[in-house]
Amino acid sequence: MPFIPHTEDDIRGMLERIGVATIDDLFDEIPRDLRAPPLHGIPQGLSEMEVTRLMHERAARDGLPLNFIGAGAYEHHIPAAVWQIATRGEFYSAYTPYQAEASQGTLQLIYEYQTMISRLTGMEVSNASLYDGASALAEAVLMAVRINRRSKSGRILVPGALHPAYRAVTRSIVHNQSIELVELPWDERLGSLDPGSLAAFEDQDIAALVIAQPNFFGVLEDVDALTRWAESRAIPVVAVVNPVSLALLKPPGEWGDRGADIVVGEGQPLGAPVSSGGPYFGFMTSRREHIRQMPGRIVGRTEDADGRSGFVLTLQAREQHIRRSKATSNICTNQGLVVTASTIHMALLGDQGLTRVAEACWANTHALRERLAEAGIRARFEGDHFHEMVFDFGADAEGILESMAADGVLAGHALDTDYPQLPGCVLSCATETKTPGDLDRFLRSLQQARAGDGRAV
Amino acid sequence: MMNPQEPGLIFEHSREGRSAAAQMPRRPDGPIRIPEALRRRSAPGLPSASELDVVRHYTRLSQRNFSIDTQFYPLGSCTMKYNPRACNSLAMLPGFLNRHPLAPAGYSQGFLQTMHELQEMLREVTGMSGVSLTPMAGAQGEFAGVAMIRAYHDARGDRQRSEIIVPDAAHGTNPATAIMCGYQVREIPTDASGDVDLDALRAAVGPQTAGIMLTNPSTLGVFERRIREIAGIVHEAGGLLYYDGANLNAILGKVRPGDMGFDVIHMNLHKTFSTPHGGGGPGAGAVGVSQRLLPFLPVPVVVRTDDGPYRLATEADRPQTIGRLSAFAGNAGVLLRAYVYMRMLGREGMTRVAEFSTLNANYVMAELRRAGFDLAFPERRATHEFIVTLKRQSRETGLTAMDVAKRLLDHGYHAPTTYFPLLVPECLLIEPTETESRQTLDGFVTAMVAVLEESGRDIETIKGAPHRLPNRRFNEVAAAKRLDVVYRPEAAETAAGL
Repeated sequence: MPFIPHTEDDIRGMLERIGVATIDDLFDEIPRDLRAPPLHGIPQGLSEMEVTRLMHERAARDGLPLNFIGAGAYEHHIPAAVWQIATRGEFYSAYTPYQAEASQGTLQLIYEYQTMISRLTGMEVSNASLYDGASALAEAVLMAVRINRRSKSGRILVPGALHPAYRAVTRSIVHNQSIELVELPWDERLGSLDPGSLAAFEDQDIAALVIAQPNFFGVLEDVDALTRWAESRAIPVVAVVNPVSLALLKPPGEWGDRGADIVVGEGQPLGAPVSSGGPYFGFMTSRREHIRQMPGRIVGRTEDADGRSGFVLTLQAREQHIRRSKATSNICTNQGLVVTASTIHMALLGDQGLTRVAEACWANTHALRERLAEAGIRARFEGDHFHEMVFDFGADAEGILESMAADGVLAGHALDTDYPQLPGCVLSCATETKTPGDLDRFLRSLQQARAGDGRAV
Repeated sequence: MMNPQEPGLIFEHSREGRSAAAQMPRRPDGPIRIPEALRRRSAPGLPSASELDVVRHYTRLSQRNFSIDTQFYPLGSCTMKYNPRACNSLAMLPGFLNRHPLAPAGYSQGFLQTMHELQEMLREVTGMSGVSLTPMAGAQGEFAGVAMIRAYHDARGDRQRSEIIVPDAAHGTNPATAIMCGYQVREIPTDASGDVDLDALRAAVGPQTAGIMLTNPSTLGVFERRIREIAGIVHEAGGLLYYDGANLNAILGKVRPGDMGFDVIHMNLHKTFSTPHGGGGPGAGAVGVSQRLLPFLPVPVVVRTDDGPYRLATEADRPQTIGRLSAFAGNAGVLLRAYVYMRMLGREGMTRVAEFSTLNANYVMAELRRAGFDLAFPERRATHEFIVTLKRQSRETGLTAMDVAKRLLDHGYHAPTTYFPLLVPECLLIEPTETESRQTLDGFVTAMVAVLEESGRDIETIKGAPHRLPNRRFNEVAAAKRLDVVYRPEAAETAAGL
C-alpha cells in the first residue's frame, strides 16, 4: 500500500485494541446511503517508476523554447544552492511555526527575510509574505482603506498601465467591500502616467493612490511627483515594484518627501522559477506606524525564559485564528517555502550580485531595442525603461509571434487583448539570462517569420 | 537531535567585500542610463557572504526545525502526512519549471493536460460538477467559495441575503472570509455530542440567509451525522452550503461532499493530497461546485473541446465568473505535486487514505483513553482526528494543554494542535495521519503517558519545558509589546548601551 506502513499484524492488533472487527466498522456513524460509489473516474495507482516516466513525457512535450516573455514573471538564474537547501526535509515538510521552540529555523529565516525585503524596499517593517504580487496588491488596497480613516469613498486611483491581472485580481477580492478602482490614463508618447492627469481628482475623496514602478510596459514613472501629489492630500501611497529593479531604482521608502506607505510586489524574480505562474510569493512592507493594519504572518525577535534570543510569530491578535470575523484578513499562511528559497537567493546575490543582475537586465533589453530597430521595429514608448519594452510589431504581429513560436522563440506577450488601443504591440523582456547569441536568434527568427517561411514545430 | 549551536544572523556573518562570485553575471559594457532622480542612492544592505557561508548558515537553520521528515507531527486539523519525494522531484523537471505562464498553447499541452486530469480527479473524488484550481491557499479557496455564493444570489437579483451561518466550532478563517465577501456572520452552537444544534439552525435561517459554512467531519473530530437534514433546512430557506475541505482526509473515497448536499467546497491540497506545508505555504485551495454554481468558478479553468488541444478558459469564455485570484493560474508547482501523489495512490489508494487515517486516530484515542486521558466526545468514533481535554488535570495538578505540548517537544514529538477548537477547554486536537506506523503511534502514546505521570510528581519541570530544545518558552506578550521585526544593528547597539 503506497505510503501506508501497516502490516496485517498491525491492523489486526490495532482493531483489537479499539474493539472493532473491521476498519469499515469505524465508519458506522456515517449514514449508509451517503457512502460514495466506486471512483471509476480515477485511474489505477502507478508505481514511482511509472509516474516518473509519465511526468518526464509531459514535461518534455512543453519543450524548452527561448523565452522573451516577462509580463509579471521573469526568467533569472537561480543558484543551485537555493532549491537544494529549500527542499531539505526540515524546511520542506515543516508546518507553520506555531510551536516557536520547535521552529526556530523557519522563524529566524523569516526574520532575515523581513529584514532583507524591508531594506530593499526602503521600508521599516515587513510581513512574512502573501500569496503572489497580484493578491498582495489587493491586500494592500484593503490595508490602505483601513489606514485612511478620513476617506469615506473607497475610491482607489490605479494606473491603467498597472499589470492587467493585478487590476483584475484586486477587483475580484475587494469589490464586495464597496471599494472602487478608478483607472488613470498613461501618456500616449511616454507610456508613463502623466502626473498632470491627477488634477482631475484634486477635490475628490480618494482613499489611496497606487503607483507601479516600473509599470506594466516596463516604463519608469515619475514616482516623486506622483507621491508628492498624494502626500499633499494625505492620501496613502501603495507602491507596486519589481524587487530586482530596486538594486538600481530609488526604493519606495524614499519616494516624494516621506516615502510610500505600503509597498508590495511579486517576489518571483528573487529565486522562484517561472513555473507556469506559481508558486511565487507576494511581498509587503510598510511604514512602522501601519503594522497593526498589516495582513498576514509577522515574525518578531524576543527572549525566552532563560533570556536567550529567539523568534516567534507576533501580533497574532490581528489574525483570523484569534480575531475571527474581526481579523485584518482571512489569510493564514504565507508562501513559506518560496520565501525560504528567496531568502537564500538574496543572501547569495548580496547587493553586488543583485545590482549586476539588474544592470544586465537593463543592458540586454536595451540591446534588444537596438537590434529590433535594425529590423525596423520600434519601441512604442519613449519613456525610460527598466527591463521590459513594448515593441510595435505591426499589423501582422499575431502571425509573427506564432511563426517565431513555431521556430522555438517566444518573442513576447501580445497586448491587444488587454489593450485594444495598442494593436500589434508586443511586450518583450531580456533578462540577464540572455546572451548576444540569443538576441541574434531572436532577429533571425523574426526575419524568417516576416519572410513567411517560419517552420511549424 | 536539534542543532543547539547559536547560528547568529546571516547579517552577522557578513563581511564587506565578500561575495558569492560564481553567482554574478558579467558587468555589461556600456553605461546604464537611468535618470538620476529615479536612481537608488545607497546600497540596500543585503548580506555580503561567500557561497559556503550561506549554505552552511541555512543548513544550520534547517536543523533547528521540527518537520515530518524528522519527527512525528500529530497536529490536528493540519494533516501532516508524509510528502513523497517523487512529487517534488517530478514537479521540478526543467520543462515544468521553465514553462512561462503566458507561453502559447503549443508549448503548454503537457502541463495543461496534467492540470485538466487533476481537475477531473478532484471532481470525481468530491462528487462535484466542476473544479477550478486557481485559489492559492485554503483561505483563498474559501474566499472563492463564498464569493460564488454571493455571485449566485446577486445573479438572481436575490439581494436581501446578508448573512452567512457559521457553527461556533468553525475554523477562524470561516467568519473572516464571510466578512471579506461583504456578509454578516451568525454563529450557531454545537450540541453536547458535537453535532450542529438543529433547533438553533432552524431558528437562524430565513430570507436573510446566504449560506452556511461547514466542515464535515467537524473541527471537533466527529462526523456530522445529520448533514442531510442540515442541507434540507438551509436549502429550503434559499441558502447554499459551503464545505470547508480541511478534514477531507477523513472521508476520501468514502463519502463525497457533493453527495452530502454541498454546493461549493474548497480542498486543501497541502493536507489531503500531501503537497508540502513548507513552513507555512505555499498551499493550494482548489474549489469544486455543483451545477448551479458552474458559471461563477474563478478563472482560468483548463478546458478541452472534444479531442482538441487543452486551453485556459478566461473571462471571455465565462462572463459570470467571480474573476481572477492570482496573476496567472494559481500555484502550478503545488498542483503538479498533488497530481503526482494522486496518480501514485490511484483509485484504491484514495479510499485507503480515509481508512488508515481513521484507524490510526481511533487506535491512539483508544490507547490514550486507557491510559487515563479524558476525551471530549467519549461516546463518539474518532474520524481522522479526535480531542483530548485536560480540564480535569488542569484543576487537579495544574497541567495545561500548553504544558503537554511543550513537554512533548522534549520527547521528540511535535505538539498536537492546542486550544482549538475554542469551545473545548484545555484541548489537544490529535491527528496522526495514515502514513505513520503502529510503532510510531505507540511511541507517542508512551510519551503522553510519561508526561501525565510526571505531572503528578513534578509539575514544575513540565511548566519549564521545553528543556532539550535550542530555546525555552518565549514571552509572546513581550514580543508584541517590544516589536522587533527587522534587524537594525544600530538599534541593538543603543539598547545594549554602546
